Amino acid sequence: MRSLSGAGAEARDDAAIGLHDQPLLVAEGIAKSFNGVPALRDGRLTVKRGTVHALCGGNGAGKSTFLNIVMGLLHRDEGSIRIEGVPVDFRSAADALRHGVAIITQELSPVPEMTVAENIYLGREPKIGGLLVDFPKMRRTAKQLLDDLEFDVPVDACMRDLSLAQVQLVEIAKALSYRADIVIMDEPTSAIGEHEVHILFNALKRIKARGSGIVYVSHKLTEIFEIADEYTVFRDGRFIESGPISSIDRNHLVTQIVGHEIKTVEKGQPNEGAPILLEVRSLSRGSHFKNISVNVAAGEILGIYGLLGSGRTEFLETVYGIHAPSEGEVFLDGKRVDPGNPKKCIRQGMAMVPEDRKDVGLVLCGSIAHNIALSSLALRAVSGFVRRKAEAAATDRMMRLNRIKAASPHVAVETLSGGNQQKVVFARCLLTNPRLLICDEPTRGIDEGSKQEIYAFLREFAAKGNGVLVVSSEAPEILQISDRIAVFRQGRLEHVVDGRETSQQMLTDLAS
Amino acid sequence: MVANTMSNVTTDVRSRKIAAVGPYLKSFSIVIVFVVISAFFAVANEYFMTWLNWVNLLRQSSINGILAIGVTFVILTKGIDLSVGSVMALAGMIAASLVTSTNQHFVLWAILAGAGTGAALGLVNGVIVTSFNVPPFVATLGMLSMARGMTLIFSDGRPVPNLSESFRWIGGGSVAGVPVPVLILFLVFAIGWIVLSYTTFGRYVYAVGGNEKAARTSGISTRTVVASTYVISGLLAGLAGLVLTSRTTAALPQAGIGYELDAIAAVVIGGTSLAGGRGSLVGTLFGALIIGTINNGMDLMGVSSYYQQLLKGAIIIVAVMLDQFRK
Repeated sequence: MRSLSGAGAEARDDAAIGLHDQPLLVAEGIAKSFNGVPALRDGRLTVKRGTVHALCGGNGAGKSTFLNIVMGLLHRDEGSIRIEGVPVDFRSAADALRHGVAIITQELSPVPEMTVAENIYLGREPKIGGLLVDFPKMRRTAKQLLDDLEFDVPVDACMRDLSLAQVQLVEIAKALSYRADIVIMDEPTSAIGEHEVHILFNALKRIKARGSGIVYVSHKLTEIFEIADEYTVFRDGRFIESGPISSIDRNHLVTQIVGHEIKTVEKGQPNEGAPILLEVRSLSRGSHFKNISVNVAAGEILGIYGLLGSGRTEFLETVYGIHAPSEGEVFLDGKRVDPGNPKKCIRQGMAMVPEDRKDVGLVLCGSIAHNIALSSLALRAVSGFVRRKAEAAATDRMMRLNRIKAASPHVAVETLSGGNQQKVVFARCLLTNPRLLICDEPTRGIDEGSKQEIYAFLREFAAKGNGVLVVSSEAPEILQISDRIAVFRQGRLEHVVDGRETSQQMLTDLAS
Repeated sequence: MVANTMSNVTTDVRSRKIAAVGPYLKSFSIVIVFVVISAFFAVANEYFMTWLNWVNLLRQSSINGILAIGVTFVILTKGIDLSVGSVMALAGMIAASLVTSTNQHFVLWAILAGAGTGAALGLVNGVIVTSFNVPPFVATLGMLSMARGMTLIFSDGRPVPNLSESFRWIGGGSVAGVPVPVLILFLVFAIGWIVLSYTTFGRYVYAVGGNEKAARTSGISTRTVVASTYVISGLLAGLAGLVLTSRTTAALPQAGIGYELDAIAAVVIGGTSLAGGRGSLVGTLFGALIIGTINNGMDLMGVSSYYQQLLKGAIIIVAVMLDQFRK
């Protein structure tokens, strides 16, 4: 062992030479088909001790199938998995956990009525005499765990009272409490803000210094370059390449994920004399946001940037009429918008792509056609009856226009990939012929290829003289698409900056 | 983009398979269950397969069928209506009071009064659920008791007999050999089916049940839609109450007790999800027919009504178990 320049370096050196030369996890030639259709043809992954290994790939690249196989949730058709040289074949997630493999998924599963400590130790509560739950001990260990990770979550709080980000942190703490050797994180940051991401990454650094291996799955490339030591790319169910992250750049990674080079979308030239499309006059809503005045010109994309809890989502929802404002007014094309009525907002020319497509965006069990037509049904109906032919033609057009890939318009939306689901939401919005599109995190959980498609679409939409109001928690995204950026902080509009003259650093500084 | 296209091709093929088999399997399975049960009784009893028995069976199923169609609307929005049994009793009682020998009005007024009572109580349910955020189970459980109480108060606990002949025609008459209640059932089914399949309201019912937030974001007045389903359920309960009262030739204050359970059972057997957003009236119709067939067949075989209860409950559970298994 060489000089001790730091805990992380020590662990890494440890892995490189000496006893732990053996990789923690080696998976080779993993294949899996569903009903004869291969979802994964050749999955490979080698995770070394003390590293964060990014597993990258577009939606449907086979990452989830691969991880489910590693966790024992699915049974592989072919291939081998070895943990520290020993072949394994897990039968369930519990089985995997016993062997030191833990997973943190996107799907949160808290028991809302229980406290943080009770949730962390659910099903393995410390007991007194094997019968009674030892609550003081449970509290103590839970507090210790959260303190060690530097997660700022009170152990006695009810899960129901926590923010989404805090719930996510608790779930992460729970998985880590198993002291697993291999921790798999599937999009752990999709629901949390930049501040929490920072805390999480610090925790990851400590875990990896302990000698654990972390498999990190995320569509956010910025994060991957920040936290990962190594990377592996899957595409079309196959292993593509692997190596240290320091040896590649962002472009290379995107190209490997997508399979060809992507052109980033160019910004339009803002038209100085363009008329005002949306005018928001000193809008307030309770404690969520106060006195916000902002305009969107025809042809403009206005980005809203702010941390979680800055009031950005509530602001969008109030403009769209989901909530009634406590003060202030909204004008579209010079006409006052009836507050608190999404139906009238749609009729006046607004449309909204909400933050969580599964929770508020789509009727998952409904068909593609029914989802696309949902907002515009009433606009087209004749005395209450659906005009089926017109509807079929319109959905058909929208599916082609938005390149929604599906067997038929009658397939349930829940069977589509994330990117295609989001395109269905866009299609529904467009069918009402909006002048103003309001997007809340339009690319969350979507692969890089689809992201660029959505950016291009937004740009094209604006270029036709329409307006776009978009919220994103990813600074590079906001910078890429916005003409102007409104920075929100604690419910107030702090600055409005020019999208072309702002750096990522500036933006994050202004917001925090 | 290549990666994307490729991966989508694989999911496409998979979803196409599901799409191709799914709906047929779904709508056929209930029919298959119905045919199997019918075949069993046909073998067990020679009288079962006669025309007369089928007319009888349909007539016996008609009240439950009408109730179940109304309840389907409510369940599609993720709600429940426990009050239909009591609502039908009150509606029948009020209608009957207008067509007795001492207080004889034109039969149409009785029908309007009965149906109107049902719709009004349904509206109360709907407003309590949507405007005061009372869970549907609680709101309609309360209405179950209140409507029964109103029936008892209104009638002073006594039956209302001696109904006019034209009123008795609703439950006892027939047109071209088909009993009037059966005609009403098919008419209600046809209208309900058109509403759910071809109108924007029908779409909204499915959308609200599938995801209320998404429906609201899409500009749907979710409260109005949900409240309307309770009005429909109440209206049809009122209609069923008219048929029941007319058939029993007297309005009984204890009429319709427990009918809500058979109606909900028919909806559930018919494959409509209690979680909302999925289901169909065709399923509900066959669900009601299956319950009717079981009752009728076991009556013919001389099975004691005690055992009938037991078997019916078991069949409901097995039907839903099979449904879960298929998923």
